[in-house]
Amino acid sequence: MLDFAALLPYSHVFIHGLITTVEISLLATVLGLVLGVTFAVARQYGATWLSRVVNVYVELIRNTPFIVQLFFIFFGLPSIGFKLSAWEAGTIAMVVNLAAYSTEIIRAGLASTPKGQWEAGKVLGLSFKQTLFRVVIIPAIEKIYPALTSQCIIVMLGSAVLSQISVQDLTYAANFVQSRNFRSFESYLVTAFLYLFLAILMRKAFNLIGKRLFSYRAER
Amino acid sequence: MSLVNIHEVHKYYGDLHVLKGINLNIKAGEVISIIGRSGSGKSTLLRCMNGLEKYQKGGITVDGKEVTTEEIQVRILARSVGMIFQSFNLFPHLTVGENIMLAPTIVLKKSKQEAQETAKAMLDKVGLADKFDSFPEKLSGGQQQRVAIARALAMNPKVLLCDEITSALDPELVGDVLKVLEQLAKEGMTLVLVTHEMNFARDVGDRVVFMHQGKVWEEGPAKEVFANPQTDELKNFVNSVL
Repeated sequence: MLDFAALLPYSHVFIHGLITTVEISLLATVLGLVLGVTFAVARQYGATWLSRVVNVYVELIRNTPFIVQLFFIFFGLPSIGFKLSAWEAGTIAMVVNLAAYSTEIIRAGLASTPKGQWEAGKVLGLSFKQTLFRVVIIPAIEKIYPALTSQCIIVMLGSAVLSQISVQDLTYAANFVQSRNFRSFESYLVTAFLYLFLAILMRKAFNLIGKRLFSYRAER
Repeated sequence: MSLVNIHEVHKYYGDLHVLKGINLNIKAGEVISIIGRSGSGKSTLLRCMNGLEKYQKGGITVDGKEVTTEEIQVRILARSVGMIFQSFNLFPHLTVGENIMLAPTIVLKKSKQEAQETAKAMLDKVGLADKFDSFPEKLSGGQQQRVAIARALAMNPKVLLCDEITSALDPELVGDVLKVLEQLAKEGMTLVLVTHEMNFARDVGDRVVFMHQGKVWEEGPAKEVFANPQTDELKNFVNSVL
């Protein structure tokens, strides 16, 4: 017999977990995207050495498991003197991870900029920086916006792994509750739906921001 | 003293010798048409005049300033030399008004109000005063190209380089753009056009430069060049396009 009512006494645990997941994901998304834009610019337009350094970072992160990155930051770094709380280690791992993936996505957008846009900026007397930030960047991000949205959602869902280093997120809450009342089916089903809800909410938020950012398309 | 001085300019793409010693002087107020078959180097020459392309030998000065491809120098040159492209290159995320105001505000440091007045005046000049708040993608090709002209004019250039600016347009839209150019010519703007519009070159242009195999093959007053070509290459070319 299924008994969802058995979860009710633990609702505050779920809510606390949900808040932690939202907090960390929000922070990781904002910081990860800011770094992603920065690294993408460095990768695409920076000096050869800088571009190579960024590339090594991107490939390192994209070709290793997230959980290993997380364990390295939380368990590995203290050996060389970087002690971090679980919350800090988890957030940093997510930022580092999203930054790497978004660097590659945003770089693709920058690379697809027609040469004519750069030349138009040039012949109007705009500097490289002015052309990049006033002319190139918005249409470049527009092109890869769906991919970027998906990546951010993937990273948010990936935050479930943080429970492994005892970050008290949503998955941690589910583990905790089912270990107390042995209602694993109910516990994980509810948790799954909460993640689904978060993912849908996030996509909606991205679409809303996109509509504002790319309002010149909505004009049609 | 000419506005544009081109002296013995050579340009190579690797082993390919595309400009083979170009000499050309352009006086203020002149309308020069550069014609020739594709691959003759005419667009390359135009793009050398404002630092978009590097040349390896010789020298170019515009308005007394040396033309190089260094960013600083290109930015200085941009104040004297405007350019319009075949593919318009308007900024899609900015309105027509913002497209025109961008460079005057951030490069010339004009106030927003001043830039707006200039933008409106320039749009009026190209016959698109009502499109100030439209986005480029809502305009026809001919309208986009006229906005591009207005955008270049807003920088108050001494010379306007036009790189096949009607080649991407539907035939019925070409006339509107040419009319704007004709008006500019009448007002004394110095125009250097790479063009396939031979009638325009003949009727509006002061001088025609025929390029062939990376050289200025023949040049002279527009009407004369078309009526009385001296070389076989130009004769063949004129016969094939007129």
